[in-house]
Amino acid sequence: MRVRRPAALRLLALASAAAASATRAEEIALPLRPVAVVGDAIPASLTEEAGDPARGRAIVLDRTRGLCLLCHPGPFPEERFQGNLAPDLTGVGARLSEGQLRLRIVDGRLLNPQTIMPSYYSLAGRLRVAAAWQGRPILAAREIEDVVTFLTGLRDPAPGDRTAPVMRPAP
Amino acid sequence: MIRSAVLVLAGLILAAEPAFPGGIAPSDKRSGLAEMGPELQAMQRDDTAHPGMLWVQDGADLWARAPTGGAPACSGCHGEARASMRGVAARYPAWDARNGRPIDLQDRINLCRRTHQHVEPLAYESADLLGLTAFVATQSRGMPIAPPEDPRLAPARREGRALFEARMGQLGLSCAICHDDHWGRHLGAAAIPQGHPTGYPLYRLEWQGMGSLQRRLRNCMSGMRAEPYPFGAPDYIALELYLAERAAPLPVETPALRP
Repeated sequence: MRVRRPAALRLLALASAAAASATRAEEIALPLRPVAVVGDAIPASLTEEAGDPARGRAIVLDRTRGLCLLCHPGPFPEERFQGNLAPDLTGVGARLSEGQLRLRIVDGRLLNPQTIMPSYYSLAGRLRVAAAWQGRPILAAREIEDVVTFLTGLRDPAPGDRTAPVMRPAP
Repeated sequence: MIRSAVLVLAGLILAAEPAFPGGIAPSDKRSGLAEMGPELQAMQRDDTAHPGMLWVQDGADLWARAPTGGAPACSGCHGEARASMRGVAARYPAWDARNGRPIDLQDRINLCRRTHQHVEPLAYESADLLGLTAFVATQSRGMPIAPPEDPRLAPARREGRALFEARMGQLGLSCAICHDDHWGRHLGAAAIPQGHPTGYPLYRLEWQGMGSLQRRLRNCMSGMRAEPYPFGAPDYIALELYLAERAAPLPVETPALRP
């Protein structure tokens, strides 16, 4: 796997600090914060404050915000009609590190240009974006951190899965 | 040396191309009809239960009605649609020599209105245009989709394929990602069909009404958070051309019924 070196600090956009009190609409319209890819991960948080797992869970389950369950099934038995286009989120926090999760959400195409996973925090290579979404990432930086924090906590294997979780080594 | 390298490279590229449009093998190719439950299939097959037949009936009335101004009705020139329109929808979009571009069936109807009936074109997605188009297309029901092998259509058809495979919108998805690579799987509650336009205009329960293939394409583009092309845009005709080739030889189902 070809990985960009930190020298190529992926400056997806110039930095801009979001006021903690900013509304989501204000926050998502801000220029993107810089993102530093190291190996197959983004180890550093995108925000100063820690992600909130409860907010992250709400985003993951919201089919108009996180959109996750349209493609991924996950350990949410109360959620009907989960998609099956993408890997199960059960135990994903045991399979991937926080930084690996962050890169896959921010811009998975850096690892696999063919992935069908949308790039949630990148404006690169976009075509014909509808007016309402132009210049906006799918999720704001704070929301990315909320989701990363929530997914990091999904460490339980699927019921009946007795194989030990394996950390994928960084290439 | 360089030349042979180029040839080898070209060979590799050709080998990498799927053997069939969209990579769906002929034996796997199937209409969205096959994805539906038995109740909806029965509703489509029973003309007395199929709500789309109301539009077809309106279209039959329009076919026979002369516009004001003394110009003939459709039937004045074409006679019995049952005979004269049989097979027409199966080969559209087709090349329009007068304007030097490919057109779809609804454009054909509107060109006819303008040229021979001297009346205004019917608005896209209007009940009249949907009804008349559905009435004409219904005359091809059961016939295999058979795109013409007209070389003048080839550039637009290629363009259509490129659009089908292009990632677009905020989500960066393409038609091909779902309908070539993941048909049969579930996007949330929805089973992903192969996306063959076998029955347009069709009645969609979600719409509680009839709609064109262009309306359906706009729905998917909005889902990708992409800016839909305006109705009648050449991009749609290009997509329709590629989709017809990709769907052939599935039978025409107009008016289809879908969830």
